[in-house]
Parts: sequence; C-alpha cells; structure tokens
Amino acid sequence: MTDNADRPNQPLHGAGATPAGAAPVMEFESYRAPRNQWWDVWDQFKTHKGALFGLGFFIFTLLFVFVGPLIWTLDSQFIDIRARNAGPSWAHPMGTDQLGRDTLARMMAGGQTSIAVGLTAMLLALFLGTLIGVMAGYFRRIDGLLMRMTDLFLALPLLPLLLVIIMLYRDNLRAAFGPEGGIFVLIVVVIGATSWMQTARVVRGDVLAIKEREFVLAARSIGTPSHRMITRHLLPNVMSPIMVSATLGIANAIITESALSFLGLGFPSDFPTWGRLLFDATDWLTQNPERVIWPGLAISLTVLSVNYIGDGLRDALDPRIRGR
Amino acid sequence: MFDIRGAKKLVEVKDLKMHFPIRSGLLQRVTGAVKAVDGISFDIYEGETLGLVGESGCGKSTCGRAVLRLYEPTSGSIILDGKEIAHAPFDKLRSLRPMMQMVFQDPQASLNPRMTVAGIIGEPLSEHSKMTGKERLERIYELMDAVGLNRDFANRYPHEFSGGQRQRIGIARALALNPKFIVCDEPIAALDVSIQAQVVNLLEELQDRLGLTYLFISHDLSMVRHIADRVVVMYLGKVAEIGPRDGLYEDPLHPYTQALLSAVPEPDPVSHDNANRTILEGDVPSPANPPKGCNFSTRCPRVMDICRQIDPEVREVKPGRFVACHLYNETTPETADNAAEPAEA
Repeated sequence: MTDNADRPNQPLHGAGATPAGAAPVMEFESYRAPRNQWWDVWDQFKTHKGALFGLGFFIFTLLFVFVGPLIWTLDSQFIDIRARNAGPSWAHPMGTDQLGRDTLARMMAGGQTSIAVGLTAMLLALFLGTLIGVMAGYFRRIDGLLMRMTDLFLALPLLPLLLVIIMLYRDNLRAAFGPEGGIFVLIVVVIGATSWMQTARVVRGDVLAIKEREFVLAARSIGTPSHRMITRHLLPNVMSPIMVSATLGIANAIITESALSFLGLGFPSDFPTWGRLLFDATDWLTQNPERVIWPGLAISLTVLSVNYIGDGLRDALDPRIRGR
Repeated sequence: MFDIRGAKKLVEVKDLKMHFPIRSGLLQRVTGAVKAVDGISFDIYEGETLGLVGESGCGKSTCGRAVLRLYEPTSGSIILDGKEIAHAPFDKLRSLRPMMQMVFQDPQASLNPRMTVAGIIGEPLSEHSKMTGKERLERIYELMDAVGLNRDFANRYPHEFSGGQRQRIGIARALALNPKFIVCDEPIAALDVSIQAQVVNLLEELQDRLGLTYLFISHDLSMVRHIADRVVVMYLGKVAEIGPRDGLYEDPLHPYTQALLSAVPEPDPVSHDNANRTILEGDVPSPANPPKGCNFSTRCPRVMDICRQIDPEVREVKPGRFVACHLYNETTPETADNAAEPAEA
C-alpha cells in the first residue's frame, strides 16, 4: 500500500529524544508520519474493480448529461414534426419522439433533472435519517419521541401522500420558484422527507450499540463534549450503514421521481426527465421500442453504478477490511 | 515500600454511593436499586498504588468509574487534589479531566477501530491543549516511546495490534495529558500471562518516572500483591477491609479477606493439596436486595447474631488497618480471643 515515497519529507528522528526502550530499531529505519487517511481509503477503493467501474460509468453519465448539451447543441424542446417517430440516424442518433424532438437531447436534459433530484433527495434523506438516528440513539431522553415519529412516517402510505402533497403545494411553489424550480423543490423535499426512516432506524440501532463500547467511555473520561463524541466516535463507526443507505437512496429517489413523472405528477409534461421519457414512450412501445430502452437503460445503469460505488466506499472506509 | 506518613492525600472518597435504578411495570417506575457501590470511603495518597480487590460483581469497576465520574454518583463526595468532583458541573469537570485518566480492561473495546494510533493518543491532546499539528505529533511520538511502541505504528489501526500492544496504546492515551491519578480498571485481565507481567512492569516503571498515583482494580490477588502499596477489599458494594499490603496479605483480619486469600492458587502441588482453605458456602447475594446487617453475614464462617442485625462500620483496629467486622468490636466478648490470635503487625 504505502511505499517509501513520502519518507524523505520526514525529519529523521533525533537520537537524543528516545529513551532506551525503542531506540535501536529506530536509528536505522525512519518512520512515516500519519498521512491523511483518505489516501488509504482511495488505495483500498482502487482495488475494488466494481467500484472503479461504477465510478467511471457515473462520471461518464455526469459528463453525458452536463457537458453533452454543449456538444450536441440541438434543443430538447425543438419540434421537427416532419422527422417524428424516426429511428436512429446520423441526424438523430437515438431517434425522435412523436413530435419529432431529438431523443438524445432529451436524454441529456432529462438526465440533468433526474440525477439532480436523485442526489439532492438522497442527501436530504441521509441528513434527516442520520440526524434523527444519532439523536435518538445518543440522547436517551428524546429516543422515544423520535422513534415514534419514525414509526408514524413509516406507517404513512407513500404514494397517496405524495399525490396529496403535490396537489396541495404545487401551485404555491410554482409561484415562488418558477414552474420547473417549484416542482424540483417539491419533489426533492417530498422524496427526502419520506425516505429517511430506514436510515434513522439503522443508525439509531448502531449508535445504541457503539455508545456502550469502552472507547466512548474512554472519550468521556477525557472530557470530550457530546458533539465531538458524535462526530469523532459515533459517526465514523456508523459509516457503513449510512453508506449503504446513501447508495440505495439515490436509486430510490431516481426511481420514485420516475414513478411520479410516470404517473404524470412530476414535472410539467414537456419538461424531460428520464422517468417522463419512459412514460411517454410506453404508448409507442410497439412502434419505437428503442424509445423505452434508452431511459430505462440510463436509469438502471446509473443506479447500478452508484450501488457499486457505495459498495466500494463502504469497504474502503472500514480500516479492518482495508489492506486485505 | 511506600510510606503513608508524610504523604499527601490525593484522592479522598467519602461515603460514595452508586445505585442503579431498577424500573419495572408499564409506567417504568423506579421499584428498587442495584446498590453496586453502597457507601464506601477510602483515601489514596500521592504516589502510591491502591489495589482494589473483590470477586466479580462486587462493584470494583463501578467504583473506579464513579471515582472518575464516568457515572453520576448517587451520593457521597470525591475530592481530587482538593477539588470536589462528585457534583461538579460539566465545564468544571472538563478542566479537571487532565488530572485523572483511566486505563481500561478490554484493550480491544477501548480503542476506536476507526482511528489511527496517532489519532487515539492525540485525542486528549487536541481536547485539552492548543498544540499545533507538529507539536502534537512530537508529543505522540514521545508517548509511544514511553510505552515502548514503535513510532512507525502511528498510522496503523487498533486491529493490527496484539492485546499487549493495544493496552500500551491505551496507557499512552492515559498518559498524554500528564495526569496525576490513573484508574487502572483490570488492565491485565484480558491479557496473556506473559504479557501481563510486561504491562504491569511498564505501569510500575511509569509510576517511578512520572510520580503517578494508581487505583489498581483487579481480581488477581497475586498481581495486586506485586504492585499495590495498600489494598482495599470490597464485598457486595462495601469495604470489607483496608490495609497496607504486607499486613493484609500476612494477617488478614476480615473473614472475607481470609477466605479470599486462601483461594489464591499455590504453585507448589504438595502445599496446594495440603492447603487448609476456607471454602465459602453459597452465593453472593443480589446487590439489589442485600441482606440485613453485615453484607457478608449470609456466607461468613464466623457469623454472630449481631452480624444479622447491625451493619458493621469501618473502624481502624490497628494503625493503618481498617476493618468492617463485628469480630473486632471492643465491646463484644468474642473479640478478645479472635483479635488476639493475629498479634504482630
């Protein structure tokens, strides 16, 4: 793993400072300063083939949706009615839809929204879940209250709730953030606020177990205050379940957004997302089957790549697995 | 041997009680308490090692943790170097923390598996000092030298070490802030016998060099005899006997101490078989429901009527020797012959 490359930076250990015990070994061998542990994480991450492949594909997807439109400059809303329902050609590599809009341009534009929704909704759910989980696990006094709240959220039927929320708040938010911005905020908040419960449960369970370990007691004997106890000792040790929740969360958010768009409740009908493209394409399944395949493939592969990244990251963050 | 006279009291524990509430029923009402530590008092003099012995579950570890205020004591007072810590608020306690540290029983569990050795040893430093990264690293290396760890180990993780090395990391962490008082909570119980000697010798060496004061909790009587200057014997949350090591081991006064010492294995097989052991009958009563009178009255081989009625107080029966037993009451007729037989001191 680590080689001798960073040794020359290290001052050689002064001969006088060591007491008799450890000195003889050290005179010959210099020692390495503690390096940033993220290098170790990266070293381990690199050994996970699937994770590297996933990371590569995810970066490719990001470039495709965010840099792609600069190269493929056709507007996703441009209607060329004479070229409607066309198959793949040089003018339209992924074909066109029933109004003659270019599918490649729509895939790029749709990917931007889908990935942005997926990432932000996941971050929101993760933040809420970790916060509530850690609070409930660490502070015994509010445990009952927070966990009953979690139960309450788990008991809510998700889809009807989403429909009601979207019905109620769509117009207000549209007025405040514009038609697309408003729906974006609404969908992210709705998905985030309804998918943090599993994370909270798992994190609370782990925090309860870790809180009783002796190293937490040791930190208390040093006088570490609660907030640093949480950030330094508890959070790093509940990293694995959080990582798993995060990767599953992105997948979940993209799929929920697709489902909402599919039901016609997400973004406006002319605003492309991968889910909306899939929804629109189902009507033309027999005529243009490739129109279903593109967004479907994009969603599945993105979710898969994120899952692999999460898998590799979880392994890399655990020092016991690292270096094996 | 350590001389009590003239030494200053570093820690004074007075009537310390640590009760854990038992909740039951639908409303989780408090219906009783586990009296893990039930009114114990002792002093620790500067520079000495006070051994704390007793069988499993008698409250040794709870006592050690309560003394450092890792638990909120139910009542009583703990004075460390003239400052009351039993009821100090968090901020005040935090500023006192560098003076008192702890070495834990299980070196595996007491080190955060996600932190490097440098991170673990450096944690107290970053909590309580304003060192720069470089100064801190220098101090970490110094501490690693002091406990005999290779400096190259600084960026390794606890799982890469053996039990003895992990315990050294734990000791280095405890030493980081130059404490005066260290509670060693069975620091050798989880280690191999050959490693036990290394760790105990390291603790003794550090004591000589840094003038540390130890509260050494152990159930290993031979080890306590080796390291301690004075010994406290606990039974069911109470002090049975306190005395200087040599006096206590040669001439135990309390019947419980006598039974405990007679249980120490004898290396010589002949004398092992011939040993006239005091075998205690029955089990330790529940600390949630201790017997009336003396806690030891249910198992004591020399129990008297008064033992089942009145709880004996800890009294000084000889200079420096404190016993909680009715056998040594001046007024009890039995005292005369019982106390007379162990004559010299």
